[in-house]
Amino acid sequence: MRTFKMGGVHPADKKISKDAAIEKLPIPKTVYISMGQHLGAPAEPCVAPGDKVKVGQLIANATGFVSAPVHSSVSGTVKSIEMVKDLAGKPGKAVVIDVEGDEWVDTIDRSETVVKEITLDKKQIVERIKECGVVGLGGATFPTNVKLSPPPTATPTCVIINGAECEPYLTSDYRVMIEKPDQLLIGGTILMKALGVDKCYIGIEENKPEAIKLLTEKAKEYPGVEVVKLKKKYPQGGEKQLIDAVIGKKVPSMGLPVDTGAVVQNVGTAFAVYEAVQKNKPLFEGIMTVTGDCSQEQRNFVHRVGTPLSFIMEHCGGVPEDAAKIISGGPMMGKAIVNIDAPTLKGTSSILYLTEAQTKRKPESNCIRCGKCVGACPMGLEPYLLNKLGRNNMFDELEAHKVYDCIECGCCSFSCPAYIPLLDTIRQSKAAVMKIMKSRPKK
Amino acid sequence: MNKLIVSPSPHVHGKDNTRRLMGDVIIALLPAVLVSIYFFGLSAIHLVAVSVVACVAIEYLIQKLFFKGKSTIGDLSAIVTGVLLALNLPVCSPWWLILIGAVVAIGIAKMTFGGLGQNLFNPALVARVVLLVSFPILMTGSAFHAPESGYLFGNAPDVVDATSGATPLALVKEQLAKGVAMDEIMKDPNLSYSQMLFARMGGSAGELSAIALLLGFVYLLIRRVIKPHISLSILITVFVFSGLLYLGNPAKFVDPVFNLLTGGLLLGAFFMATDYVTSPMTTKGQIIFGVGIGVITVLIRAFGAYPEGVSFAILIMNSTVPLLNKIQPKRFAKEAQKK
Amino acid sequence: MTNTIIFTIATLAVLGLLLAIVLYIVAQKFKVEEDPRIDIVESKLPGANCGGCGKAGCRAFAEAAVKEGLDKCFCPVGGNPTMQKIAEALGLTVEAKEPQVAVVRCSGSCDKRKKTTVYDGLATCSTIASLYSGDTDCKFGCLGRGDCEAACKFDAIKINPQTGLPEVDEEKCTACGSCVKACPKGIIELRNKGPKSRRLYVACRNQDKGAVARKACLAACIGCGKCQKVCAFEAITVENNLAYIDYTKCRMCRKCAAECPTGAIHEVNFPPRPVKQEVPLNK
Repeated sequence: MRTFKMGGVHPADKKISKDAAIEKLPIPKTVYISMGQHLGAPAEPCVAPGDKVKVGQLIANATGFVSAPVHSSVSGTVKSIEMVKDLAGKPGKAVVIDVEGDEWVDTIDRSETVVKEITLDKKQIVERIKECGVVGLGGATFPTNVKLSPPPTATPTCVIINGAECEPYLTSDYRVMIEKPDQLLIGGTILMKALGVDKCYIGIEENKPEAIKLLTEKAKEYPGVEVVKLKKKYPQGGEKQLIDAVIGKKVPSMGLPVDTGAVVQNVGTAFAVYEAVQKNKPLFEGIMTVTGDCSQEQRNFVHRVGTPLSFIMEHCGGVPEDAAKIISGGPMMGKAIVNIDAPTLKGTSSILYLTEAQTKRKPESNCIRCGKCVGACPMGLEPYLLNKLGRNNMFDELEAHKVYDCIECGCCSFSCPAYIPLLDTIRQSKAAVMKIMKSRPKK
Repeated sequence: MNKLIVSPSPHVHGKDNTRRLMGDVIIALLPAVLVSIYFFGLSAIHLVAVSVVACVAIEYLIQKLFFKGKSTIGDLSAIVTGVLLALNLPVCSPWWLILIGAVVAIGIAKMTFGGLGQNLFNPALVARVVLLVSFPILMTGSAFHAPESGYLFGNAPDVVDATSGATPLALVKEQLAKGVAMDEIMKDPNLSYSQMLFARMGGSAGELSAIALLLGFVYLLIRRVIKPHISLSILITVFVFSGLLYLGNPAKFVDPVFNLLTGGLLLGAFFMATDYVTSPMTTKGQIIFGVGIGVITVLIRAFGAYPEGVSFAILIMNSTVPLLNKIQPKRFAKEAQKK
Repeated sequence: MTNTIIFTIATLAVLGLLLAIVLYIVAQKFKVEEDPRIDIVESKLPGANCGGCGKAGCRAFAEAAVKEGLDKCFCPVGGNPTMQKIAEALGLTVEAKEPQVAVVRCSGSCDKRKKTTVYDGLATCSTIASLYSGDTDCKFGCLGRGDCEAACKFDAIKINPQTGLPEVDEEKCTACGSCVKACPKGIIELRNKGPKSRRLYVACRNQDKGAVARKACLAACIGCGKCQKVCAFEAITVENNLAYIDYTKCRMCRKCAAECPTGAIHEVNFPPRPVKQEVPLNK
């Protein structure tokens, strides 16, 4: 069984929502569709208050190469374009739409039939993915079409579909693999065609045997697609770690993943690519998990982008009494929610409730130099040292010790027996060092 | 709804914490402690109890009186030092000797550097070496005595048996100095391997049984408290290096297995050299550290004035740890080529 | 016996001599030629290496001062007397600058600004600022984790545990600007110390609309503009629901402070206001 070679930790699995089938979430009365749902420049609205929109209609244009258009997830009237607080309480531009009915744009194929034949050519596929606003749904929300247009210096050799879902609790990717295996495999085939490669690996961790079995069986019908069973280890779903695990190549420091020949796409993204290319459906829905040990219900949903989180919480029986922290994403890399009225985004993958006992940090004590952080770091860094250098603002040394290689996976903080918030410091130092490096004149 | 907690990721923490790790070390040391209690009864209990209580009390007092900080004895590290110190002393040590040891270990070797995690040298070993140099009679020679038969909860004999008075290594050295040939020396029934494996070894409290120490080591490995690199590299180095010497001149040097089983090498390799604070961080550094300890140990044993050298070897290598920590771990990948 | 002593002395003497020669040769060979005036200038500087002048340290400042003249160099720590001395040493002239001091433009103390979340990460302001808008509803206010305190080399700014806000010790503050750079919310500003060290300033950065600001913090500037109306010297501007007093125009009449409904305008080092005689309505 394959896995990445270096570091990693084993957080408790907790996939308690894995048996909940994906349901359709009701549509709220009002949606708030954010313009900044992807990495890169925010989209620019192309509708005005009072306009009538349909489901799937373009409401905002991409504003640069690394940017993505945004489509309406509901039908109704544009109420306003205003600043709406995101889940961290920071304001961002959003289109607010009052929902009236559920009328879809006619170009979208709403039938349940699985379309297997790919009629578009390479260029058209990338163009369609771009028009449909597909972004990476593994966390970074990087526009997919950009990833499918690698720089001329790199030659892609394979597609890797990330089904590792190494974060505890999250099950949305798992449900997609179980419920939409054909769509996923067609998505993988489309990605192969878009890149002009003939190999596609689907990396799945061993804790999802049903998915491995089902997809291995189905993959026989799809030439070039191969399911790879991976050992359970966090952060297997990290792009660099996954490439190392699946094809044994290492992304160079400060390099692009495609330098190894591999292009990694998340399971959710592959599904979105299928829907965009075969069904002409823009990305305005997402699949998410509502879970947590203290949560009343364990469920997986298809949500319309822009649905307020609080609406989803109410739908699942409200915020649990003993929930102390609500996280969007997994417990290792997810974001703590400050504002529960914030709308969902394309990349929203979960609402996770944690109790105080599970999440409250213990007071930090002396570093005992056990080296557990060094052993846990999947990038081969020395977190204890970076922490010390960071707290003293020693930027030259931080750079010499490659703080910029940090992938912010949190293995160091997770494993520290002295409860030192290593990643908190390292993340700050990394940002500062990257800023210094960028400001330097290029030779 | 209560006020939400907000923090940067990660939002969960692993099971490890300082107290749990230290607790595991204490559990791992229990077999060795029990063996010495089995053979020496009350005097072993007295030794361990005085040592632990003294270490904890001294740490508490220093924390309160000098640092004016919160007490840190809850992390159990003082207890670990106490037990290790006890295992490094002869069973019949008088209480004042143990107390001096505790003051040196906690007061000088640990707290003057700023407490847990800051010290350069292993506290228990510093104490042992200070006592060894200051009170050589009490620490070696006649104060040691091998248990002739198990006296569970009986008093240790006051009269020291002359033939079994010294530790095996000291015995060998003494005889060699007298010009006795090695195979003659080895005929002494006190120097058989089975004696060493099963708790009939002369020496300090922790050196009695190799099996008990091994048991503790395996427990630490299973609980993932330590990695085996340091211990194994010490043992392999000692075996290979002393083996070479033995092959070169069997009449002058003791054989490698004897070297492995005696003189607190196992105690040192399993519990003292692997001390987190005073050992290197990276695998490469740990292996160099272990090899260094092995080489120095054999050198002292074979050519030095002291019969046994593990403590000195570990302390000497402790001082190289800041340097060894400059060794960077293997990075994930090389730098991208500049285009 | 005597031989031994003589031999020892002789050996040591020869050894000493040899080493001295080696040292001399090395010193000569690796000598770095430098403008001697740099040393002179450096000796006049405070030597705190705070970076308040914008250079990497006092040495760098001295080098710049010798090379480029004093037009673009000012040591905020030493202030005018130091600059005067340096100018004399270099045979240049320098204009005197108004002494400045750091002021904290937030009055959202714990009792005025309720915490709405519990922050549970590394206790630095920069970490919080990169994560979210802060643990109160005010997106602009002080985060109270003391990045300014950590940045200050002169022990002049400290978080008051009662209010959760930093306080500046005027005596110690050298206006080096380290805290200004350290604060991720841009709360701290360098302002002229003012006549008799008297200053008036708006201690708030909240640019939300009045109602929102008021809800988040009882001491917020709500942008009502009363201060602007009462000011006779056009020193006050209100922009983005926030008032600002231009210290170059302010004449310290204190009318604005009396007018402010939330007490967001702070007055420093003024004598206490005369207490108004309350005239009873019914005699």
